[in-house]
Amino acid sequence: MEYEVVIGLEIHLELQTQSKLFCSCSTSFGKEPNTNCCPVCLGLPGSLPVFNRKAIELAVTAALALSSEVQLSSRFDRKNYHYPDLPKAYQVSQYEKPVALGGCLKLEIDNEPKLVNLERVHLEEEAGKLIHSGVSILGSDYSLVDYNRAGIPLLEIVTKPDLCSGREARLFLEELRMMLLYSGASDCKMEEGSLRCDANISLRPRGSEVLGTKAEVKNMNSFRAVEMALNYEAERQRQILVSGGSIIQQTCHWDEEEKITIPLRSKEGSSDYRYFPEPDLLPLLLEEKEIRKLKAGLPESPAERRLRLREEYGLGKREVSLFTANRSLGDYFEKVGLKYKDYGNLARWIQGDYLYQLRETGKSEDALEPDKFVELLVLLDNGDINRSVAKELLAEMMISGESPSRLVSEKGLKQISGQDQLLPLVEKVIAENPDAVNNYLSGKEKALKFLMGKVMAQSGGRADPGEVNKLLKNKIVE
Amino acid sequence: MKLYQKTVFELSRLMSSREVSSVEVTQSFLDRIEEVEPFVRAFITHTPAMALETASLVDRKRSNGEKLQPLAGVPLAIKDNISTEGLRTTCASKILENYIPPYDATVVEIIKKTGMPLLGKTNMDEFAMGSSTENSAFFTTRNPWDLEKVPGGSSGGSAVAVSTGMAPLALGSDTGGSIRQPASFCGLYGLRPTYGRISRYGLIAFASSLDQIGPFAMNPADCAMLLGLLAGHDPRDSTSYPEKAPDYLSAMENRNDKLKIGILKHNSENGFDPEVKDAVNRMAGLLEKEGFTIDQVELPRTDYGLGAYYLIAPSEASSNLGRYDGVRYGYNGGGDNLENMFSRTRGAGFGPEVKRRIMIGTYALSAGYYDAYYLKAMKVRTLIRQDYKEAFKKFDLIIGPATPTPAFRIGEKADDPLEMYLSDVCNITDALAGVPSLSAPAGMHSNGTPLGLQLTAPPFCEGRLFNVANYIYRNRDPQLPERPAVRFPEGGAE
Ligand SMILES: [Zn+2]
Repeated sequence: MEYEVVIGLEIHLELQTQSKLFCSCSTSFGKEPNTNCCPVCLGLPGSLPVFNRKAIELAVTAALALSSEVQLSSRFDRKNYHYPDLPKAYQVSQYEKPVALGGCLKLEIDNEPKLVNLERVHLEEEAGKLIHSGVSILGSDYSLVDYNRAGIPLLEIVTKPDLCSGREARLFLEELRMMLLYSGASDCKMEEGSLRCDANISLRPRGSEVLGTKAEVKNMNSFRAVEMALNYEAERQRQILVSGGSIIQQTCHWDEEEKITIPLRSKEGSSDYRYFPEPDLLPLLLEEKEIRKLKAGLPESPAERRLRLREEYGLGKREVSLFTANRSLGDYFEKVGLKYKDYGNLARWIQGDYLYQLRETGKSEDALEPDKFVELLVLLDNGDINRSVAKELLAEMMISGESPSRLVSEKGLKQISGQDQLLPLVEKVIAENPDAVNNYLSGKEKALKFLMGKVMAQSGGRADPGEVNKLLKNKIVE
Repeated sequence: MKLYQKTVFELSRLMSSREVSSVEVTQSFLDRIEEVEPFVRAFITHTPAMALETASLVDRKRSNGEKLQPLAGVPLAIKDNISTEGLRTTCASKILENYIPPYDATVVEIIKKTGMPLLGKTNMDEFAMGSSTENSAFFTTRNPWDLEKVPGGSSGGSAVAVSTGMAPLALGSDTGGSIRQPASFCGLYGLRPTYGRISRYGLIAFASSLDQIGPFAMNPADCAMLLGLLAGHDPRDSTSYPEKAPDYLSAMENRNDKLKIGILKHNSENGFDPEVKDAVNRMAGLLEKEGFTIDQVELPRTDYGLGAYYLIAPSEASSNLGRYDGVRYGYNGGGDNLENMFSRTRGAGFGPEVKRRIMIGTYALSAGYYDAYYLKAMKVRTLIRQDYKEAFKKFDLIIGPATPTPAFRIGEKADDPLEMYLSDVCNITDALAGVPSLSAPAGMHSNGTPLGLQLTAPPFCEGRLFNVANYIYRNRDPQLPERPAVRFPEGGAE
């Protein structure tokens, strides 16, 4: 029997607010442990939560970007469980009435459109962070806890079981990440834990409508890990089914070292969270007007940008994808493009030499003033400098920020062109290299390149290569 | 008359006219504490040095001609579940025996800003769960009218402190009667304000949707003064009422409105002492004579109040008390692994009544039981609110007994939680409805302990309660003592 894989994802991402969800503590990453804390996020007796309006705005913005239906009235609930990283022994979350319902994300997989539907989007608070002296809390002599993270606003996005492979899951996450980065809701830094993903995965006979027994996979710390873990788990389940066994519902951890999924003790997987409405908060009410305003303020989505780059600038697939994935590089392209209309040439320069220089210098995408970039390209287009000089100048401009025209005149880099200047050089090289001349005459094209190099060297690299080429050919044949 | 015997209104006048200093006033209460406290034991923590320091600061300010609030220099006592920065706040629980909050509750902030000397933190039932202070992990407070009897609870310490003259004012908290019931047992005024009228920020939660801080005082005017100081919006409490509070004291002088008062017809009066009913009727007659219209009012669905309350309050408590796990603060029971530490900490840190309620609440919220218990109770609560809404269409105020019986003997109900729960039966539905409710002295039982009348008003109509209570206060029987003459047992304190 052939099986198909059914995957649904639960994504948690930290919203990019200055302060926490229910208090005014800072959300900045990497501070001394337990310094971004107050009675509220430490859950001290008597403290009470108050909404951070900014977090709610970002949650709504993210929901709108994902075409999820924002609810005019939603509610916070308490999810009760005991763990040392949870200072109140409950997490304030949204259970029955989330801030947004439904939604979808459109992907393109192997040139085919793919729609992934969402179940819901809800807001909750982040827990603290445990640091164990050993591997886990069980085997450790002691564990330390840092509550700096506790209370940071988290958005949970739950998809429908619309994904069919580890690769699809990864591609979905990549697109989702880009979408949320664009919306400004989150910085989506997986390495800082600001984006995390759990997955539900099951198999069913191809064509069946009924979902199989699922496993929940946790602890996947990169998009790559999601793909590998889900492929591994799908294969594990397939082998069980093929050999006539049945899947037991369980929670597994992805082991990054061993590249396998490890089932947790069943007790850890099943909890009764005793959800009930958070009595310390009023219902979260939003006005249509407010939602409309946030919707109007939504920035361009990655898909819209791709379309625009293709249509407005006539860019190819490679450049479109680069300028969408690297948003600030794309922005820089458009900024220079305001004054330089040979977009194809510009795109080539930016994704080639400019990107190379950015990597070399470690500077930010808008390191070079757009006007200076334009000036450089115009000098080249007008034949005032040649290509190799232009490359050198770009490198220098990245460091000094100097104007290219000034550099050209200061260093005497202006292209040498015209018979008056070039002919003496050409004649000199022909006279000094009779072997090469003979080789060329006997049909060896390579010899001409050698002679060109000699002329360029004589000119200090400034000669117009096209003209040199023409002159050499003429002179040799003469 | 000694200073501690005067009304707050009078003390305030004497201090602002500089006839007496706040230090003298404060010292008078401290002396009284020394005299009475060993017999009644109302305080968990005494703060005489702190009180005198505040008092002399206020005196200095006054002599510098600074404009001060009427309550500046008037001392008070605070229930030990209200957070005080740098001063241990125990909730009368072993689990918080050595907990020192790093911040002040909003009400404490106001009190400090006003310059009210803090006399100490008062005893209570552990985590405010109880009706007698017998559930305090430390000791039981005694009823000053009869030292063999309970003072009521959970704010028993605060009630006793004011009724014996150890403090002119005190703060308590009321979740299902914890201010009104001890006020009734100790013969003084105790107000549960409208839910949201006083900030809960810093009040250690028992049941968040029911908890309210409120004042104890010897007369309605004093009570109004303290409420006026503390009521108002607090941006740190999302459930706090956004409107400013009126000046309750000046509003009391406009006593011309003749209101329509409903006398509550209890659906069941099982276990009610007949003298309680007589006292309520006596008060109704008195008000009628003053020109108020009196008629019977029914709240038909309030019978279900007690049941609903004992599901909602424990449910919220089971969640609110989850944080006491030994990880961050408070008692830690040790243990060689996490689960062990949690269970040893909570097992030894909480008393039996707290554990009972945590278990009831945990059960009521469990998957499969939630709909039948918690959700059903919430629906009952909604129906009870509707009953009140209907009643207040016809009546401006509702009166009834504050407690079904006068104070009971220490130990009498300690082994019977249901009997104990029933002693709050008159108070619980007002709490579920979130309406303001005042317990006022209504004469004495033949056994020599006080009886109380409960007055209930629509939301945010506390002024009406003071206004009507003031008629009762003015018409009080001059033959009856206002305060207990604490009868010191032979051989002094135990
Ligand atoms: Zn905080």
